[in-house]
Amino acid sequence: MKHFIKAALVIGALSLSACTNADRFDNADAVDLNAQNGLNAANDINQTGLGGANDPASPQFFSQTIGDRVLFEVDTSTLTAAGRATLDGQAGWLATNSDYLAVIEGHADEQGTREYNLALGARRANAVREYLVSKGLAASRIRTVSYGKERPLEVCSAESCYAQNRRAVTIISIGQNS
Amino acid sequence: MMTKLMTAFAATMIALVSLGAAVVPAQAQEPLRLTLRDGVIEALPFALPSFQAEVAGSEQMAADISRVIAEDLNGTGLFRQIQSSSFISTPAGFGSPIEFADWRAINAQALITGAVAVNGNQVTVKFRLYDVFSGAEMGEGLQFAGTTDGWRRMSHKVADVVYSRVTGEAGYFDSRIVYVAETGPKNDRAKRLAIMDYDGANVQYLTDSSAIVLAPRFSATGDRVLYTSYESGFPRINVLDVATVGRQQLTTAPGDMAFSPRFSLDGRQVIYSLINGGNTDIYRTDLATGQNTRLTNTPAIETAPSFSPDGSQIVFESDRSGTQQLYVMSANGGEPQRISFGNGRYGTPVWSPRGDLIAFTKQEAGRFHIGVMRTDGTEERLLTSSFLDEGPTWAPNGRVIMFGRETQGADGTTALYSVDITGRNLRRVSTPQGGSDPSWGPLQR
Repeated sequence: MKHFIKAALVIGALSLSACTNADRFDNADAVDLNAQNGLNAANDINQTGLGGANDPASPQFFSQTIGDRVLFEVDTSTLTAAGRATLDGQAGWLATNSDYLAVIEGHADEQGTREYNLALGARRANAVREYLVSKGLAASRIRTVSYGKERPLEVCSAESCYAQNRRAVTIISIGQNS
Repeated sequence: MMTKLMTAFAATMIALVSLGAAVVPAQAQEPLRLTLRDGVIEALPFALPSFQAEVAGSEQMAADISRVIAEDLNGTGLFRQIQSSSFISTPAGFGSPIEFADWRAINAQALITGAVAVNGNQVTVKFRLYDVFSGAEMGEGLQFAGTTDGWRRMSHKVADVVYSRVTGEAGYFDSRIVYVAETGPKNDRAKRLAIMDYDGANVQYLTDSSAIVLAPRFSATGDRVLYTSYESGFPRINVLDVATVGRQQLTTAPGDMAFSPRFSLDGRQVIYSLINGGNTDIYRTDLATGQNTRLTNTPAIETAPSFSPDGSQIVFESDRSGTQQLYVMSANGGEPQRISFGNGRYGTPVWSPRGDLIAFTKQEAGRFHIGVMRTDGTEERLLTSSFLDEGPTWAPNGRVIMFGRETQGADGTTALYSVDITGRNLRRVSTPQGGSDPSWGPLQR
């Protein structure tokens, strides 16, 4: 039963954010969702199924309150102090919510060739994975994927956008522990 | 007697018997020859009177074929078509005597005459090439015959013969490009594999946009394409059969992700990058035996491998020195030799089909360039410069490079461009949408 509710939450979050953005737990989307819920509170029958940001066991709590992503400096895969703090939170959440699996998506900004950026994104995703494993999470729960420069979040050709695109995002889902 | 020959288009190429054209004796004049070694500054003027319609109803096809031949030649930047309005005379018929004086008077150095006959869905194209100042025909007249839907290929074949006879080098017009067709905004880009003629005509899509596809690479014979696909949720290498559009995932050495594949010249081996534990190295897989060989083994990023045409060496990029640089190693691995030493970063090396040069992408001071260097790294020459140029591919004759260019900013778009290896004649390739990661296939038979 508990699992069923979590699964419903995940599916809801996936389908809603997928409409507008490839990045499934994008913060901006989540803010929009909450605003909409406020406006439609009177007649939105699904509202209670989505407003999980205050529930520490919800994916929304993971992505918004803890933070699902860490950012990197140009051409590096070294975790920053802020990144490690975020990952400490992620590690704690994943330790508590042990039925979730994680896929770490590594991304790069558009400065760089496609192949190199794919390899760089993999380094970033792996840096996150290794950190989470070092905090006690089972390596088998965490996979990595690199999108290189194929999935930018911000589209300007300036450092303000590049900084947001050089990221590793932790995507969680209810696992089939097989 | 020709009808039999018209049935098969591929490789139906016969020398015409002499039609009795009076050949003007050659004057004391150097034979027509465009030497490309150091780059041609002045384009060679040629006259191409619209091919004659030998059969009623062939007029449109004759005009279209004439136009495509001229576009091929003009598009090289090495030839320049003379406007028909300045013609003094036109040949009375295909094979009629040529009034060379009339062509010399307008400074046409080459003259191309031809005739087209359409019968049902069959078409025959005949042409002759003349060296105007020598007053002689260059090589034999030729005929191509096939079905009408192959008319663009026949035009390209005529242009290839002209190019080849005048420059002494193989042509590249009757060839195809496989590339990634791109639509949609930067943060929601849809990518599909597409195949087209070298000039952007006849685009066909090989995949839908449900999964990201990257960097398709033709086999040397053009029968198969390797590419990277996210179909499984992770980057993996697919092999696609061009004729059937059937595809299957390549079984690589075990790894988290695989990308950047290329065939060996004989099509039996694939070299690629494999990612394990965040580390990218180069591997080789034998398609027949399934045997995997690890070719590099360092904590650095090793990717973008490309075979030398003789198959004995591999050029690739590595950041083992701290930045992306180009290296050459034996096809069996072993200690590589660094070949790039200029400022900036070097990536995506591709060995030329002639074996003499390596094309690459260079990043320096916020700009991207396509360049070439000799295989030992000397004589580096940058051919382009823009916000983002990358992913060069060689024309089958090693004279032209095609690549992808992306423009700056939130509305940035992608397009394919080509450039001569001298750095001249930069052109946008006409594609219906955006494009990236082109791979130039072989000259077709």
